[in-house]
Amino acid sequence: MKILVGIKRVVDYNVRVRVLADGSGVDTDGVKMSVNPFDEIALEEALRIRDAGNAEEVIVVSAGGDECQQQLRTGLAMGADRAIQIQTSEGLQPLSTARAFLKVIEREDPGLVLLGKQAIDDDNCQTGQMLAALWERPQATSASKLELNGNSATVVREVDAGLETIEIDLPAVVTVDLRLNEPRFVKLPDIMKAKRKPMDVVSLEELGVAIEGNLEIGHYAPPPQREQGIMVEDAAQLVEELKNRGLL
Amino acid sequence: MTAREIMEYDVIIVGAGPAGLSCAIRLKQLKPDLMVAVIEKGAQIGAHILSGAVIEPEPLDQLLPGWRENPPPVCIPVAKDELWLLTKKGKIRLPTPPQQKNHGNFIVSLGSMCAWMAQKAEALEVDIFPGYAAAEIRFNDDGAVGGVIIGDMGVDSAGKHKDNYMQGIEIHAAMTLLCEGCRGHLSKQLIRKFELDKDCDPQTYGIGMKELWRLQPGKSKPGLVQHTTGWPLDAKTYGGSFIYHLDKDRIAIGFVTGLDYQDPAFRPFEAFQQMKHHPMFHELLEGGEILSSGARAIVEGGYQSLPKTEMPGALLIGDAAGLLNVPKIKGTHQAMRCGMMAAEHINDTASAEGFDAKLRDSEIVRELYKVRNIRPAFYQGLWRGFVRSAIETVTLGKLPTTLSIHDDDSTLKKRDDYTAPDRKWVDRDLPPRDRLAAVYFAATEHDENQPVHLRILEPDICTTRCAEEYDNPCTRFCPANVYEMVADDRVQKDGGRRLQINASNCVHCKVCDIKDPYQIINWVTPEGGCGPNYQNM
Amino acid sequence: MSKILIIAEHDGQSLNISTAKCVTCAQAIGGNIDIAVFGSGIETIAAEAASLESVARVIAVDAEHLSAPIAANWANEVLAIADGYSHLLGPSTTLGKDLMPRIAALAGVNQVSDIMAVNAPTSFKRPIYAGNAIIDVEVPAGATVVATVRIASWQAAATTGGGSVEVRSASSNAVKHTRYVGLKSGGGERPDLQSAQRVVSGGRGVGSEENFKVIYSLADKLGAGVGASRAAVDAGYVPNEMQVGQTGKIISPDLYMAFGISGAIQHVTGIKDAGTIVAINKDSESPIFEIADIGLVGDLFKIIPELEKLLD
Repeated sequence: MKILVGIKRVVDYNVRVRVLADGSGVDTDGVKMSVNPFDEIALEEALRIRDAGNAEEVIVVSAGGDECQQQLRTGLAMGADRAIQIQTSEGLQPLSTARAFLKVIEREDPGLVLLGKQAIDDDNCQTGQMLAALWERPQATSASKLELNGNSATVVREVDAGLETIEIDLPAVVTVDLRLNEPRFVKLPDIMKAKRKPMDVVSLEELGVAIEGNLEIGHYAPPPQREQGIMVEDAAQLVEELKNRGLL
Repeated sequence: MTAREIMEYDVIIVGAGPAGLSCAIRLKQLKPDLMVAVIEKGAQIGAHILSGAVIEPEPLDQLLPGWRENPPPVCIPVAKDELWLLTKKGKIRLPTPPQQKNHGNFIVSLGSMCAWMAQKAEALEVDIFPGYAAAEIRFNDDGAVGGVIIGDMGVDSAGKHKDNYMQGIEIHAAMTLLCEGCRGHLSKQLIRKFELDKDCDPQTYGIGMKELWRLQPGKSKPGLVQHTTGWPLDAKTYGGSFIYHLDKDRIAIGFVTGLDYQDPAFRPFEAFQQMKHHPMFHELLEGGEILSSGARAIVEGGYQSLPKTEMPGALLIGDAAGLLNVPKIKGTHQAMRCGMMAAEHINDTASAEGFDAKLRDSEIVRELYKVRNIRPAFYQGLWRGFVRSAIETVTLGKLPTTLSIHDDDSTLKKRDDYTAPDRKWVDRDLPPRDRLAAVYFAATEHDENQPVHLRILEPDICTTRCAEEYDNPCTRFCPANVYEMVADDRVQKDGGRRLQINASNCVHCKVCDIKDPYQIINWVTPEGGCGPNYQNM
Repeated sequence: MSKILIIAEHDGQSLNISTAKCVTCAQAIGGNIDIAVFGSGIETIAAEAASLESVARVIAVDAEHLSAPIAANWANEVLAIADGYSHLLGPSTTLGKDLMPRIAALAGVNQVSDIMAVNAPTSFKRPIYAGNAIIDVEVPAGATVVATVRIASWQAAATTGGGSVEVRSASSNAVKHTRYVGLKSGGGERPDLQSAQRVVSGGRGVGSEENFKVIYSLADKLGAGVGASRAAVDAGYVPNEMQVGQTGKIISPDLYMAFGISGAIQHVTGIKDAGTIVAINKDSESPIFEIADIGLVGDLFKIIPELEKLLD
């Protein structure tokens, strides 16, 4: 089967993100851009499945401007066989992204679609679920373990109450969480090999998808400052204060 | 252990700084078919680059004509120079010495400029690999340098292979260029192995600390270049500050102290923070925010400390050799010129041989020679230093004597032998609060589960002799709070304390490798991609 | 006027507090508030939901195949009753995050994730970049608002309500392609650090692995999770999984109590979204007192026993 892995170009997780003084956005001037860390984990899982002989091809897909080709090349260097860029210069939000991905799914007919559970820039945590809904296929989100059993898969999900196990029939969408695996490092020679691997570019229009229903994003504000705290004299005062605040 | 995979290049360049990138670009300009690779331990180009910086543009004009139409992202023409002598509360304007006249020069972010140069190198088909650390030199059978070995990745703190273990590959190359910047760890090994420093004075360094600030609107004066000397340092400690006014309400503010300081209790980071609280700067910084901070050692020995720069199969380029012009406080133009010269030499001869003589005969070293006595003049203190520097400047360095350079590790006095002057330091209210807060702004990151890259060769000394004689100066000279002496119930002896190494705070400045009085700290490279993530520094 | 439908979260026995917090958010939006409860044998839960203040009606869809929170099944049920509602809300818990986007896609709209505050019925504040920026988002006119509610930002609504309960049968059959197998609760009786409402943390000031038992003891008394600063982990007092901070876990409990922790910025990064930060430290100069909501200078080894006695 083919595995499609969605990856997103995001501000590197090490960057200290700052809001612009005029509130019009976040300062991304000169910052390092990387593959969304959860997406790297998704790609690693796909590569392991392929390397174990349970898939023939791993295809990395990313939607955005031509800059995301850099991240697609990283995906190829990690070991993906092929890359597809869904090209658009407009702002993509999860619904349109999911609709565009669906078109790629219709072209490629994968057995499994893996995505990171959320992107660390927008923190929306929606695309995988939306894709599954539009595709009318199962979704397994926040996966920390994935086991293939022929035409189905057993997924362990990290949920608030603990670990939930579900079984899903393939093809399906799985979004991955931090503890699923530790992504491999890229070998230098593979960076060179990646330059020669195929990268297809297809525009949003060619896919027949129009961006619609975008939420309008207004003002960007820095996080609220904590108000000045108070000092208490002893344990008794502390308990009193906590009771007054409804915390005990 | 399985045999390492091999990649072959004609030239391998270690370090994507101005020297390395200039060399790479020049090599491809001269011979487009040459296979050239640059490896860089920072996660992206510029991540480990920290410099003031005011640069002389001539090498850029030579290397990349037309660059002024599409300059690097942070590039402000210098408008004005000021030199100030500070006292605790006051300031006296001094005449700007000729070496600090910056008309025609540019204030840049060296990190951004290197990222910009890297793009040009890639356009010429140089293979650039950020995130990979050259851990070892590869030697040919005849003992010549034959390339480098990339560090293994995915090794845990006990040295065992993690699940994602990846063996480092070997890069074979006929020419290896060490462009690691000052006190490069591979350069250090090669200097020792080939005895490259046997005919020169010891190298001496400074620690440079820098913060990038966004001020309240209207406070910065783009193009203004300010330097200070005097307070908060005493007359026997060399150093001073720089404040370079950029665009978008930003300033680069920094502080340099010679690492030959004597006071074992001295805290360079604290001195930097004190300087910011001088009335002249406090007012400027108030209400602003820190964008980035970091530190790096600076090479100061100049002409007398320049080692031999060639060895079979390899060259030392840029500050790995030590070409920074101290009175100008500039090394970038030297590094670029040296990189280009190395490229031309390799193109002509395909060998290292003869490069050192060419370098010593060039404008690059002539420039160092002219100012060779200025740094050591300050060994006699601030005032004698000024006088001697003035004389050297006026006589264009042509006086017959050459002062010797001393090393930094043996200049530190034992605490019993030293009484610190009253520094008149003040209470602070500007960020960063302390070194840990500063480290936060360096965005430094190391996978904590890897071998500690600060190797203490004789750890017993720390809790015994060093604690006794110097009171563990590493806990003070490290700008990132890597070293701490902590009380530990489990330690039976030595006053119940042990040395804790917070390796993941390290900003790769190399000061510990330099200043440790017993020379038992050996800085080696951690896993590639670790370390600071400087932006626009 | 808005008509809001909240999808309830429960564990088969009782309502999850996140539902009561969704109600408060719905109150901020204003308008009619209904709650949908899906599951099997859910009478008590439905009654609990109906008792939340401002709730007009609870729609209880009782069916065997709905007892497991399979997003595909629940989404089908929501779509079947969604007509007429201007807002569909769920909690930003793993359940809500799993379910609500599926609903949004089927409804043909983008979702507003993690509502922190309500500006207007169709305008909200939400965090991006891990809370380093807060943005205002506006849902386009005419579109249904599908959203998740950020639990840490809202208080639980009181149980002073008296809404009605309407029992219905499921509209769809179970989807065949997804099957629930089981749930393994987080090990141990202590709440998981990442999701605990209260956390007690120890730092270098605790002094040893042995001494950490005072932290565990207080945590157990409070029903809290236990965390530690990097210094404590580095010194070997506790295992690595307990580290809270920039390179450890980033948590947002309602109550965070830090004992013997200096409050370096790297640690504070991990708790900046905590509701109330309490700091106990011997050193009055510790940076933690600059961000703590309640500070107490003193010896933790004296204060913790005193606290435990007072809590008895």
